[in-house]
Amino acid sequence: MFNNIFKSKKNYPEFFRTYLDSFKKSKNLPLSETRFIVFDTETTGFDKNEDRILSIGAVSVVNNMINVVDNFELYIHQEIFKSESVKIHGLLKKGNIEKVTEAEAIELFIEFIKNDVLVGHHVGFDINMVDQMLLRNNLGKLKNECLDTGLLFKQSKHIVYQQNLKNYTLDDLCEELKIEKVDRHTATGDALITAIAFQKIVARLDKKNNLKLKDLL
Amino acid sequence: MKNSIAERVFDFIKVFPPFSLLSNEKLKIISEEVKIIYLEKGKTVFKENDMFHDCFYIVRNGAVGLFRTKQNQKEMIDICDGGDIFGLRALLAQENYTLEASANEEAIIYGIPIDVFQSASENSKKINKYLITTFASNAFAPYTREQSDEIFDDYIPKDNYDIENLQAAKYTKKTISCSPETSVKNAAIKMSKHGIGCIVIVNKENFPIGIITNSDLKNNIATGKFSIDIPVKEIMSSPVKSCKKNITVTEAQLQFIKFNIEHLCVTKDGTNHSPLIGILTHHDIVLSIGNNPSVLLKEIKRAKRTKSLRSVRGKAHKLLQSYLDQNIPLRHIVKIISEINDAITYRVIENAIIKMHTAPPVGFAYMALGSQGRKEQLLYSDQDSALIFEDVPENLSEETKAYFLKLSGHITKALHKIGYEYCPAEMMASNPEWCLSRSEWKEQFRSWILHPDEKAILLSSIFFDFTRIYGDQSMIDDLSNSIFESLDQSSMLLSLLAKDILLSPPPLGFFKQLVLEKNGEYEDFFNVKRRALMPLIDAARLLILTHNVKEINNTALRFEKLSELEPENKELYDSCSYAFKALLKFKTKQGLINNDSGKFINLETLSKDEKLKLKRCFKPIREIQELLKFRFKVIS
Repeated sequence: MFNNIFKSKKNYPEFFRTYLDSFKKSKNLPLSETRFIVFDTETTGFDKNEDRILSIGAVSVVNNMINVVDNFELYIHQEIFKSESVKIHGLLKKGNIEKVTEAEAIELFIEFIKNDVLVGHHVGFDINMVDQMLLRNNLGKLKNECLDTGLLFKQSKHIVYQQNLKNYTLDDLCEELKIEKVDRHTATGDALITAIAFQKIVARLDKKNNLKLKDLL
Repeated sequence: MKNSIAERVFDFIKVFPPFSLLSNEKLKIISEEVKIIYLEKGKTVFKENDMFHDCFYIVRNGAVGLFRTKQNQKEMIDICDGGDIFGLRALLAQENYTLEASANEEAIIYGIPIDVFQSASENSKKINKYLITTFASNAFAPYTREQSDEIFDDYIPKDNYDIENLQAAKYTKKTISCSPETSVKNAAIKMSKHGIGCIVIVNKENFPIGIITNSDLKNNIATGKFSIDIPVKEIMSSPVKSCKKNITVTEAQLQFIKFNIEHLCVTKDGTNHSPLIGILTHHDIVLSIGNNPSVLLKEIKRAKRTKSLRSVRGKAHKLLQSYLDQNIPLRHIVKIISEINDAITYRVIENAIIKMHTAPPVGFAYMALGSQGRKEQLLYSDQDSALIFEDVPENLSEETKAYFLKLSGHITKALHKIGYEYCPAEMMASNPEWCLSRSEWKEQFRSWILHPDEKAILLSSIFFDFTRIYGDQSMIDDLSNSIFESLDQSSMLLSLLAKDILLSPPPLGFFKQLVLEKNGEYEDFFNVKRRALMPLIDAARLLILTHNVKEINNTALRFEKLSELEPENKELYDSCSYAFKALLKFKTKQGLINNDSGKFINLETLSKDEKLKLKRCFKPIREIQELLKFRFKVIS
């Protein structure tokens, strides 16, 4: 535990130093040039200390366009395994999907997300899980800006319904925004669904065509 | 690395040409490079004369329209639905786009990078052949076309009726026929089974020799002249008139008039001595000439698919334009177009019920709100609707509501496809808040009336204008009665509404100039809906509510009723009614010019005369606001 406190930045590996440095210059891009990373994780459960990430799926949205080639899909080998979560995500402990270690996953993920804006549905949970993974591997927490499609969706609702404090699940969003549910409960499938939801919500919020990134944050 | 998204793209595109002609390996390469683009309704992909993009597009969900501008008029050339490709020709020819592509409804499209596609399809003879034939036949969406012939034609606007009349007439291909020895009874059974008005009598070689129509049955059988057991040859009209299959609309019309008949047998070589291949009825011809309301209404009643309804609504739109051009009184126009809108919604609901597979568990009614509820909806506008269903025992309430929500979901989705946008404020029957049982609705209105808050004021402008479109009228009457009972108890809501109307911004500024929008997309435009129409609509509703008058929703008619009820204010109400009609016409004309709702008027496009006319409509607005101020004792 003291490890983290006394560890100086210099001991971070190269990729993580580059990552941290990239936040030094502010970039202030217009919305149309901002790269959004929409991501989702599948985990063994909901306890941030006990549970582990089994897979991460992410897609990028730039100028309202999802570029399939710029996508991220990874399965992580974990010692912790809970059979009860298998029925949700369908990932077996010894499945035949190619898996990587946590350390490898972190490096690939950090290189993919760069200093861009992270978007997720109830993103707080996913960020938390990733942060825990980073700390376990003696690295610092994520520094990216984050957007939660759950909150954005509420903002996009008509004023009449805004006091309604309902917590919208991803399934609710699909229902209301009329998004096809394909590959639900796989990290990449949920990331894609969330990305489409994100595009639709931004379009709703951007009726006047002058939405800025800071309006979303 | 595994790429699940590319796999899903692959699954989708593989069934559509030209992708279906490629090997799986090559398709995988293409799938990995696809861009997924979301388009809001009306969003443009490319404009005419734009530089070609680096990719072409395939529609994943929704629909994209292709347009051409001709003499400053935007003409729709085609609609691309799921699986259709567009924007490829410009890329191959390396020239600017000759058409505009924009989302006809909310859509998701895939962008396929042309270089990836070309390198993957290199040396593929099949692909080249496909592309050449596609462009040579001038078909932009060959896939849709193969699927259903009629869509394409429906979407080509026809300015020139002569050309249309020289087209080949569409005839019915599935002809019902019988032998000369068949009994009249059996022939009639066959006719009623197929729901047709005539049957062709053919000989052994399938040559047409006679015909029996409904009127033959009426004149010869129903009158008792002949027994129903005689063979059809005894009463059939013979010989028949035949024609070739490519007969034009005009030729067919001439034949009908010349021989005073209503049916032509289409045969292989056009004579009676060759096999029957179809039948052309007078009705088919009327349909193809088609822009008249009664034909449209008939077409709506028969429409089984949402696509056919979309095409009818498109025709109604053109009808509206021609009515305005001919200066037909707005009152009639509104009546006809409302009738068509309501009939479309009715048909959509009928089709939606079929889709549910089970009949509605209890009685219900589907209500239109807002402009459709007031029967003032001329152009496509947002859907505003609500659903009311009969009270059920508590243990059934959840499943009953679930049924109606699902039904409403089908309805709103189909209406969206036809062109009515989803209500941005979700005031639609598919929203659980507005799909309620009879007692829940009564309670909802009661609480709005007795405990009015900001939300109630906002909503009442929409919800107090409800009209039944489908279902049980008695439930709606009951609801109206309960509303007036509550209004008798408290007039708080009404005075708040009056206050709200007076808060609405005036159309004219201090120097009698028109007040323009200050920001947003429509900066410097005049918002005719908010500043001129809404104050009149709101005032009419409020005043009519105070008189306990129900069932009149239309603003112009409400003012007419008011002038009857308050003869002392006749002059004011009449001028309000007139101003409202004039303003609505203004908005509709603007909407047709700009292909939108017409809410925003660009003053620069108006002549001086028109501007004056517009301003003249504002006097009654000011006067009616004075009246409200006085009557509801609003202190400003």
